[in-house]
Amino acid sequence: MEITALLEIVDVSRHFDTFLALDKVSLHIKAGEFFTLLGPSGCGKTTLLRLIAGFDQLDGGDILLDGKSILPASPEHRPLHTIFQNYALFPHMTVAENVAFPLRMAGIAKKDIQARVAEALEDVRLPDKARQYPDALSGGQKQRIAIARALVNRPRLLLLDEPLSALDAKLREQMQIELINLQKDIGITFIYVTHDQSEALALSHRIAVMDCGRIAQVDVPSRLYGFPNSRFVADFIGKCNLLEGKVRDQQGDCVTVELDGLGIVYVCRSETKPAIGSRCALTLRPEKIRIAPTVRPADDESHFTGHVHDLLYLGDVTVYLVTLANGVLLETLLANSASGRANFFEVGDQVEVAWSCDAGHLVLD
Amino acid sequence: MQRRNVLLWISAALVYLFLYLPLVIVVVFSFNDSRLNAEWVGFTWKWYGKLFHNREMLAAAMNSLIIASVSAAVATVLGTLAGIAMHQSRLRLLQVLVLAPIAMPEILMGVSLLVLFIMVNMTLGLLSIMLAHITFCIGFVALAVQARISSMDPCLVEAARDLGASTWCCFREITLPLLMPGILAGGLMAFTLSIDDFVITFFTAGVGSSTLPLQIYSMVKIAVTPEVNAVSTLLMLLTLVVITVASRLSPAVVQGE
Repeated sequence: MEITALLEIVDVSRHFDTFLALDKVSLHIKAGEFFTLLGPSGCGKTTLLRLIAGFDQLDGGDILLDGKSILPASPEHRPLHTIFQNYALFPHMTVAENVAFPLRMAGIAKKDIQARVAEALEDVRLPDKARQYPDALSGGQKQRIAIARALVNRPRLLLLDEPLSALDAKLREQMQIELINLQKDIGITFIYVTHDQSEALALSHRIAVMDCGRIAQVDVPSRLYGFPNSRFVADFIGKCNLLEGKVRDQQGDCVTVELDGLGIVYVCRSETKPAIGSRCALTLRPEKIRIAPTVRPADDESHFTGHVHDLLYLGDVTVYLVTLANGVLLETLLANSASGRANFFEVGDQVEVAWSCDAGHLVLD
Repeated sequence: MQRRNVLLWISAALVYLFLYLPLVIVVVFSFNDSRLNAEWVGFTWKWYGKLFHNREMLAAAMNSLIIASVSAAVATVLGTLAGIAMHQSRLRLLQVLVLAPIAMPEILMGVSLLVLFIMVNMTLGLLSIMLAHITFCIGFVALAVQARISSMDPCLVEAARDLGASTWCCFREITLPLLMPGILAGGLMAFTLSIDDFVITFFTAGVGSSTLPLQIYSMVKIAVTPEVNAVSTLLMLLTLVVITVASRLSPAVVQGE
């Protein structure tokens, strides 16, 4: 028997006047999953989250929790909580009163509330802040209190709306690790909204990439990165070279592609089975391209000559923009592992690039 | 540069002198041991003592306090509801309807209220004055509440609903406490506006329902006595205290007026 999803989103649509914010979106989210809605601003991810929470009414479709529609229930009757971008801690209540709020609303006895609040504060390692007001807390502490408040009465689902975007880079990384561990420990399903692709890759079990109110692709992070199904996903997740071309031949899982301005390359172990003659794009991650003064290509490698157009020294790696024949630009990178050298190449240097036939991935129009 | 600074200070001093000298004179002469507001003779409390034996004056003061308290209380409740409605409704007309009595010339308000009270056959007295004061106080409270509500994070209400609070619970637990400084500031504003209102009260007061400003006016018709100075000083003091409390509660509201 198939395990049914915890949350099912079925053909959900939402219009704002003439703007279509969500266009028949369907998703299945499993129990215990860390699921991320990822997309640029305006793609509909926050709208979808607000529909699940019940802050907004949908125009079509259904949202089911454990197979039952939650649409008739108002926000306070849905067994799920939201972490807001600005945390939304109640400024006129102490930390302990904030955390006690959902328990009080649920009508739990006073003496039980105290114990559970203390426990919740212990869980987020802030037991000494109970009597303080939210104004006295740092961003990271507010974040943890918001989490404690949302989890104190064990919701089925936790919705998180870009919860780390207000924190600085170092703290954000630390909170990411805390979130992963927390989710693993308590086993509550997380639906996480973000526009930050690296955050999504780092945190999630599965990611739904959204674009213009539609789901572009749903998959585990490594497959989204390695096998994007469209130019949009390839470009949005990580850095990517998109080389335009045309399918010339296809045998088994090997495809012969004629790249515009570069000529024939082979793509083996192709996941896509394109029709001969169709337009396509070869997606190549910068780290999969070898770059050297002379590359001495292996049999299964494509190689080209070019020169360094620009470079970006990032410390651990240097990004080289290489111009190939006919002006095709290729982004590559090299780890700066050799000691005592800032850069391997300078602007204008002639270089060779190569990639193996299974390094790239084809996306079709 | 220095010269300009000096000029600036002098002009500022002159402006403040112009604004506050009359008030200072009233206060000073309320302690002057002479029936005439002409020259300083000596210090005395006796005008204040006389004031507290003046039955008419005491009755008027009592009326004023009752009217101001009741009008402020009623206007605070109605104005708070109006302020919340103004924030939530997209109807611009509502804003105009609530705030129009503030912008209306007082004399017009006074006359039209008088006409209304006569039309409905109402006896002029404390009740008619209160109704009149409530009408112009609502707008001020609504403004104060609206200013507070628009600076409130809308996520807080959503968060409360999300965490299990019903609409009413959310209003009682979140919205109302957060609006409280605005509500109190609005209420205190209403109190001060009511206690020193003259024009509208003049039209809507009946025989035997004199208020402090009306009483002062009738005394001044004969002469500005030291007693008038004393009662004015007390009124000033009361207003000052109330406004100070209001501005502590909600600085933006009082500065906005």
